[in-house]
Amino acid sequence: MRFVFKRSYDDDIKLFKHRQQAGYYVLLLVLMMALPWLVDDFFLGEATNVLILAIAGMGLMLLTGQTGQVSLGHAAFMALGCYLNVILMQRGVPFIISLPLAGIITGIVGAIIAMPILRLHGIYLAIGTLAISVLSEDIIVISKKWTGGVIGLVAEPINIFGLDIDRYGTPILFYFLVLFVTLFVLLIFRNILRAPLGRAFAAIRDSEVSAQALGVNVTKTKITAFALSCGIVGLAGGLLGHFAGAFNHETFNLVLSIQLLLMIVIGGLGSIHGAFFGAVIVGFLPQLIAISRDGISSIFNLGSLPLPGIETASFAFILVIFIMFEPRGIYGVWIKIRTYFELFPFYRKNMFKRQKSYLKTERMK
Amino acid sequence: MSFITLENVTLRFGGLVAVNDVSFHVGEGEVFALVGPNGAGKSTIFNLISRIYNPASGDIRFKDKSILNLRPDQVPFLGIARTFQNIELFEQSTVLQNLLVGRHRHRKSNLLTEMFFAPNVRDEERRHRQVVEEVIDFLELQAYRDKYIAGLPYGVRKVVELARALATEPKVLLLDEPASGLSLEETNDMIFWIEDIKKQMGITVLMVEHDMNLVSSVSDRVLALADGKELAIGTPSQVQSHPAVIEAYLGTGQRISS
Ligand SMILES: Nc1ncnc2c1ncn2[C@@H]1O[C@H](COP(=O)(O)OP(=O)(O)OP(=O)(O)O)[C@@H](O)[C@H]1O
Ligand SMILES: [Mg+2]
Repeated sequence: MRFVFKRSYDDDIKLFKHRQQAGYYVLLLVLMMALPWLVDDFFLGEATNVLILAIAGMGLMLLTGQTGQVSLGHAAFMALGCYLNVILMQRGVPFIISLPLAGIITGIVGAIIAMPILRLHGIYLAIGTLAISVLSEDIIVISKKWTGGVIGLVAEPINIFGLDIDRYGTPILFYFLVLFVTLFVLLIFRNILRAPLGRAFAAIRDSEVSAQALGVNVTKTKITAFALSCGIVGLAGGLLGHFAGAFNHETFNLVLSIQLLLMIVIGGLGSIHGAFFGAVIVGFLPQLIAISRDGISSIFNLGSLPLPGIETASFAFILVIFIMFEPRGIYGVWIKIRTYFELFPFYRKNMFKRQKSYLKTERMK
Repeated sequence: MSFITLENVTLRFGGLVAVNDVSFHVGEGEVFALVGPNGAGKSTIFNLISRIYNPASGDIRFKDKSILNLRPDQVPFLGIARTFQNIELFEQSTVLQNLLVGRHRHRKSNLLTEMFFAPNVRDEERRHRQVVEEVIDFLELQAYRDKYIAGLPYGVRKVVELARALATEPKVLLLDEPASGLSLEETNDMIFWIEDIKKQMGITVLMVEHDMNLVSSVSDRVLALADGKELAIGTPSQVQSHPAVIEAYLGTGQRISS
């Protein structure tokens, strides 16, 4: 067990709790930097996909995990970011400007939509945001002139300072581009969490009345959270467009919205780790299912097994398991394992008994 | 100077008159207590001052200026802090983080500077933490500083809520039943702290409390209410011996004398 002696206020403010922790993250970063040389192109593509999901996960985590506002409409904002980025690029805007701009515009649109929709609470908010996701698909199809309708668009090749970045042509460069955006979003996320705004988010999540009694403008802060969240998700959408190469309204359907939400619930609501853990699960589950399906069919000599809906069913199953046994998600499991080793052999089974996780959007007025 | 003034304030919930033509004022540096049987309208008066409810008629003033045009989240900026009868803490945050939310009204940074944690954000954070640590020292919360609220016992939560209100550096403190549910020892600590809050920090206190021992040890003046109406106002002993007050408590099973 480690005791951290705090000597100054900065000990609470800084990014890492202690040297060792900083060390772990540097190690992880080095590993991520070395990844292109450790794995093949296929796996690197999967890793890139996971990072894009993690960015989107952080976006939704900020809103749902930190601020306590559910959204089932975030695929729509991914779509917006994606289309904006490509449409801007088609009109000659270079990628380094089009992507941030796509994120910012998505954030602004998010803020405008948030004004009416965040008046809803709990389940009503979920239904309201779900409507956004459903509507967005139709809007994409209707705005044929911009979006190419059902045929969709093809992402323009990225060129940064004369460097061509392409998912298939130069997968390593594309991976680094995504990694860079991930780190950028991560830093902003962390900064906000340790600043007054991040605390105001958590305050709204846990008790709106007392947040208000301490001077937090609840409406404004929720809108800020929604806008930030949409902006981040918009960035992820922009990257996803290039990752997919070609996309249309179905790339960003309701299933993606639900997947995003599942991802952060499975990962662990209210923690940054959760967004990453969830992304790994959601990113690799299809592969895992494919591999185990092939394995099973070759053992039993069944030929190719068609199992429609197996992916969705597995998600549902995992989600149910977590809600029943570990509401704090994979992050919760991780904390327990870590504590077990830190305290060995003094770990008690009921150590985490009191800690419950729940979404509380509204209480006594 | 009068800090908080209520003038002929009335509030109805449907047919129920929860606050009925109530007037009183709390002077600077005073400890003023509201007492009365359950459902008398005491917490409702707090919620009126917090602007959660809008009075049907009458006026509420802070330093002789009406606050009826303010939103609830603007009230703390005047220097009015409060606690809640049914503790309203941020459960999934640590004690330290809870108190830091108390600093929100002093926030000078904005979204952009916070996103990049600009140097001025860091300086402000240090300043906030200094104030918060002083409050932690004052209320002896050092042992709980990094603990999550979700795991804390009731008595500690009450103190954390008081601490969070103090972290706002208020001019007026509204305490809704600060001693309810506390043990005798904890109540004695509370008496001691309220006296210090008044004498050393010079903060004006308006409180609701059932514990008459606490009320008579710390209050300068007491207002007794029943069914939303004023019964008597005066020193603790005057109010306790007032016939209307004794009658209001008769048959309620509660005691007014200590
Ligand atoms: N939001 C509300 N809607 C309807 N009626 C309410 C509401 N809040 C309070 N009341 C009613 O107003 C009356 C006064 O309530 P209040 O909470 O102010 O009492 P109190 O004096 O604080 O009592 P206690 O000592 O039990 O805390 C009660 O009859 C209560 O039922
Ligand atoms: Mg009450």
